[in-house]
Amino acid sequence: MSGLEKRIRVLLAKPGLDGHDVGAKVVARSLIDAGFDVVYTGLKKTPEEIVQSVAEEKADVLGLSILSGSHIPICVRVSDRLRERGLSDLLWIVGGNIPERDHARVKETGVDAIFAVGTQLQTITDFIRENSR
Amino acid sequence: MSRKSEPEIKPLVNESAMEIKPVYTPADVEASGGSDDIGNPGEFPFTRGIHKHMYRQRPWTMRQYAGFGQPEETNRRFRYLIENGQTGLNVAFDLPTQNGLDSDDPASQGEVGRVGMAVDTLEDVETAFDGIDLEKITVSLTINGAAAILIAMYFAVAQKRGYDIRKLRGTAQNDILKEFIGRGTWIFPVESSIKLVGDTVLYCAEHAPLYSPVSVCGYHIRESGATPVQEMAYAFCIARAYIDHLLERGLKIDDFASRLSFNFDLYGNLFEQVAKFRAGRRSWAKIIKHEYEAQDPRSMWMRMIAGGGGAGLTIEQPENNIVRGAYYALISALSGTQTMALCCYDEAYTIPSEKAARVSLRTMQILVEEMGLCDTVDPLAGSYYVETLTNQMEEEISAEMKRVDEQGGIVRGIAEGHIQNEVSKQAYEREKKLERGEIRKVGKNCYRVEEEQPQVEFHSFSESAYADRIRRLECIRNERNSDDVKRTLRKVRDDASAGRNVMPGIIDAVKAYATVGELTACLVEVYGRYEEPLRF
Repeated sequence: MSGLEKRIRVLLAKPGLDGHDVGAKVVARSLIDAGFDVVYTGLKKTPEEIVQSVAEEKADVLGLSILSGSHIPICVRVSDRLRERGLSDLLWIVGGNIPERDHARVKETGVDAIFAVGTQLQTITDFIRENSR
Repeated sequence: MSRKSEPEIKPLVNESAMEIKPVYTPADVEASGGSDDIGNPGEFPFTRGIHKHMYRQRPWTMRQYAGFGQPEETNRRFRYLIENGQTGLNVAFDLPTQNGLDSDDPASQGEVGRVGMAVDTLEDVETAFDGIDLEKITVSLTINGAAAILIAMYFAVAQKRGYDIRKLRGTAQNDILKEFIGRGTWIFPVESSIKLVGDTVLYCAEHAPLYSPVSVCGYHIRESGATPVQEMAYAFCIARAYIDHLLERGLKIDDFASRLSFNFDLYGNLFEQVAKFRAGRRSWAKIIKHEYEAQDPRSMWMRMIAGGGGAGLTIEQPENNIVRGAYYALISALSGTQTMALCCYDEAYTIPSEKAARVSLRTMQILVEEMGLCDTVDPLAGSYYVETLTNQMEEEISAEMKRVDEQGGIVRGIAEGHIQNEVSKQAYEREKKLERGEIRKVGKNCYRVEEEQPQVEFHSFSESAYADRIRRLECIRNERNSDDVKRTLRKVRDDASAGRNVMPGIIDAVKAYATVGELTACLVEVYGRYEEPLRF
């Protein structure tokens, strides 16, 4: 394997109006330490803005952090925008306060993995390394 | 020398990086600065409490954070809490309201009434407080970016119901600077945001002198990753930034300093926390007396709510959070707080159920009624350990404030993102320590159990109530006098452009049923919007 292997590029985003971004920033730092390229959008981004950033940044992975309880409507909208731009193949993960009873509905929108509050950082980096395409 | 060696005692440091000895003696108190500043309760430098008799005279105010869905639902929860003996209210607003958006704004989709009560017009605030005596129950509004508008609505409702706002007590959080560090409900750029806080304080100093227009929050800074020392130091730096702004606008320190209050966090080591509050009270008194040359002792009071503790709770084995909450309440009582609120055991999952809210309230009532926490003032005073920690903590808070000043001050640090960077770096370090088990967390990294389906009841969210709300908002927009709305909104815009105080104009506009979104849009036209410095 070449030493110049392309680094995996992760776009982390905070959709909706929730301003609690400790989790997103902690995950960003751990992904950087694990050798990924990380771009963080900042707070209160619309699904349109997030998908625009995915395209511009040529991200391999999209990570959304959602703690407000509005994960289902947000994921539906992000999914629609991804499909419109032909980006549905991207590896898509969601973190935050997502109760188990909603996991199936969130995954139906195309989310590949949900990392609820309490997930070990290593679990997230391992998942991205094994699944990014 | 004896061959039998002493058992080895491992070195130990607390979260504030102070070394903890196995035994403390009077020599430690002396070496750390002595006992001269312990003083008496109700006397400068107020280490032991701001009042002479503290809880012996009156227990702390019990003020659980509550609010969700439509104002009618919030009103029902408020009445439930009051019927159960709660002595104050603490209002949670939904994210659209906190961000200055109406319920029918496209950006509000999916968030209306979710994490707090939705407010669009004065009618919502009238409904929320219907049947509640605003002179008996003090109300705290947890609102920041849109604080000027919600304070105006609260005053307008009080006036419509015949109260004299000169006698009205209550608090608005209205600490925008900490929103840039943690919590994130900013709207306007940093400087304009400070100006708006200044407008509310100036207005209250003149028209509502008993109202507390700002509660400076170390709480959310700590929740975002700061150490206890940074929590206090950053909060004091922020409070100084507001004070400096108000002095520039012509107020005298004793005109308003007694109406500033603070909001701090509880989780962590019990003794370190108690020392933090005692040291903080002393530091703040000295800052106001010596730096700002206040004369009125009340200006020097660090009045506070010490509550919450959210970051100390775990999603694992949620029942354990009831026990943690009880210890946090004990910390708060031992620290001489004015007001207490506790995060509920189910809060890591959901909006607290009625049952969980009542358990938190009962926790505080048990301390008052059964445990003797109100019998005598500052019962830990004179403990060699606590007094040594208090001395050390005061020194560390002062050193941290100096570091912030040397790096250009808190306003610049926030605008450029250095402070946010420092706080999130620490959050990451803490998370790694938790994962390695260096910080122990029962149920999370030790004493785990594997089955774990949480036994909590989830808050339900009504889609049909949302549809009703949008229809009602449309009705109000059609029924109100549109000339009044246009005229009052124009006045707000003109006052903002001219740099005048926008509060009188906003009060007129909310009385004409201008919406939160319309008023915010007016101010955005003049001030613009905040752009985040993207650092992590």
